[in-house]
Amino acid sequence: MTEVVHAKQSRERANAGTARVAAIHTEADGVVSLVLTDPAGGRLPDWAPGAHIDLVLPNGCTRQYSLCGDRWDARSYRVGVLREPASRGGSAYVHETLREGELVGLGGPRNNFPLVPARRYLFVAGGIGITPLLPMIAQADLLEADWSLLYGGRTRKSMAFLDELARYGERVRIAPQDEVGLLDLPRFLGEPREDTKVYACGPGPLLDAIAVTTSGWPRQAVRTERFTARDRAAGVRDTSFELTLARSGRTVVVGPDQTVLEAVASTGVDVLSSCRQGTCGTCETTVLAGRPDHRDSILDDDEQQAGDCMFPCVSRALGDRLVLDL
Amino acid sequence: MTTLLSAPTIDADPFCDEVLADPIPLQRALREAGPVVHLSTYDILAFARYEQVHAALVDWQGFQSGAGVGLANFRKEPPWRPPSLLLEADPPRHDAPRRVLQKILSPRALRTLREKWLADAEALVDEVLGDRSGTVEIDAVPELTESFPLRVFPDAVGIPAQGRENLLPYGDHLFNSFGPHNHLIEAGEPRAGELLAWTTAQCRREVLAAGGFGADIWAAADRGDILPEQAPLIVRSLLSAGVDTTVHGLSALLHAFATHPGQWARLRADPALARVAFDEAVRWESPVQVFFRTATRDIEIGGRTVPDGHKILMFLGAANRDERRWGAGADRFDLGRDPSGHVGFGMGIHQCVGQHVARLEAEALLTALARRVEHLEPAAPPRRHLNNTLRSWESLPLRARIA
Repeated sequence: MTEVVHAKQSRERANAGTARVAAIHTEADGVVSLVLTDPAGGRLPDWAPGAHIDLVLPNGCTRQYSLCGDRWDARSYRVGVLREPASRGGSAYVHETLREGELVGLGGPRNNFPLVPARRYLFVAGGIGITPLLPMIAQADLLEADWSLLYGGRTRKSMAFLDELARYGERVRIAPQDEVGLLDLPRFLGEPREDTKVYACGPGPLLDAIAVTTSGWPRQAVRTERFTARDRAAGVRDTSFELTLARSGRTVVVGPDQTVLEAVASTGVDVLSSCRQGTCGTCETTVLAGRPDHRDSILDDDEQQAGDCMFPCVSRALGDRLVLDL
Repeated sequence: MTTLLSAPTIDADPFCDEVLADPIPLQRALREAGPVVHLSTYDILAFARYEQVHAALVDWQGFQSGAGVGLANFRKEPPWRPPSLLLEADPPRHDAPRRVLQKILSPRALRTLREKWLADAEALVDEVLGDRSGTVEIDAVPELTESFPLRVFPDAVGIPAQGRENLLPYGDHLFNSFGPHNHLIEAGEPRAGELLAWTTAQCRREVLAAGGFGADIWAAADRGDILPEQAPLIVRSLLSAGVDTTVHGLSALLHAFATHPGQWARLRADPALARVAFDEAVRWESPVQVFFRTATRDIEIGGRTVPDGHKILMFLGAANRDERRWGAGADRFDLGRDPSGHVGFGMGIHQCVGQHVARLEAEALLTALARRVEHLEPAAPPRRHLNNTLRSWESLPLRARIA
């Protein structure tokens, strides 16, 4: 096997799943937003409200963030990042070290919190939990649904995106804890209604309170997401790894700027693909050994955890070696 | 409109019988004329090169589907049937129906059908070829490419056996309706109401068998992922888009092999090429030849401006044979080519949601045929079926040498 040497400038080249930090804005005390773009200036993969992306930070940490920008702008993503007091390296890095212009790894978008059709929506946000709800609210408003938002936080100064929400007028109720105390959920949610869906995102205690308040509601009417960034397996990386194709008995090194699909093709084995963005599912391949680093938009979190299949157009490997049924 | 006229003009009517029977010369002329072409017959702009077709397909923000994917502009005229929640809708209305159907038709969900469909294809091929040896002559369209999808797909959806003969004429009229009001539409109009009524009736919850795609769609309504009133329209999308397109894709596949005998030998030597073969056939013949979009604002593409509200015509078939993308051999059906990235299934958020179903049907039929047939060749000149959107065969007489 030939040794593959990678030039230094390769860090500047786009590969499947790389974004540039185009801007960093302060949104509130302890909250910044990142604007991400394709380094080559192209479109980013499509998304819908509730979707999150995986950001692979230059220090190797991978964190999930909800997209909170405008999906009609195909060339940028926006995420909001809260500085976690007990940060293990993700949010602290974003707040202290990450600079505009830097490249970050990108996975997804995936959506475990989709906005389903309804005539009426009740949105409840706690703190940074406002982020997935922002694009939902924009769409509910566009569809002329009857909606309202109850948004709680510690203090008004710690609550992000208040200026963006101001244009919705009385549909939005801002409830900082130091001014009005805990959120009055029973009053806001009221009695269960056939035509209403409840969407909530925030810290555990808030979601627990919502579960209690909506215990009489049909289960499918209440949809929640905990904003605490789930830790993904350590060791996520953009470096080379060895790929073995079990059926054809070939081995190849996948370079940092190469997709698995390209590496497979270089061995003369064809894998049919189509979208090459991890959205259509055409290139689904069985994983025999090794752990895939999933960057597709197709598998949900449980399916990703299973690790038995992957989409080689975008996904990579968590370890030094991956064996595919090809 | 000066903007439109500033593009090179082509006077040919892409929907006249001569072009529908053989669109290849016009496709070539359109690609040569430039990245954006003005079609004088309909006073619209068109794209026939891969680059512009692909760019327009993925740009749902700029080129909407909600004003109809045919020539008719829903902003100005009412559609003949309630618009499709998938094909004729844009985000945000498009999101939930697409999400639900994509899950139901995903490769992982289809795994349970695989063994059965492979066995069904074996059985059909055995029925058609019998226990004969030597050479057998068949008409591949009625005997294989229509009968196989009609044998497996309606069962998978869960509709009753009665009335399935309505599926093909319904689909044929639907795909004609995306074109101009020509004699093909007129020929379908007398039965259109009856066919739509039959199709609509198959989408009701109580009609659909448990365990099928249709029942899965209703289950999504029970989970609140779509509204109950959306469920029948999503089932309708399966019945509208899931039959004719697959039939014509399979016909294209067998026509390709019959006219490229070396490729059949290659497939027999390596049956794992069945999947590549189907996508290469979809690239080569492009069962769905054209789709329209509507500009949502003034959009620059290919050095021209498409004005807000104007229909554009995307020649998927032409893009799939563009030498700029596929090289000098673009017109050849070639299993050595990687057909990935063809736009025969569209691209972007409206990309064919049933493509994995079609691939599985093709793989099953081709695997069964390759096992029994040593050589395939035309037995008589094939006969086209004309449709404003679809490229299809009415008759494909083949001579098969049994292995």
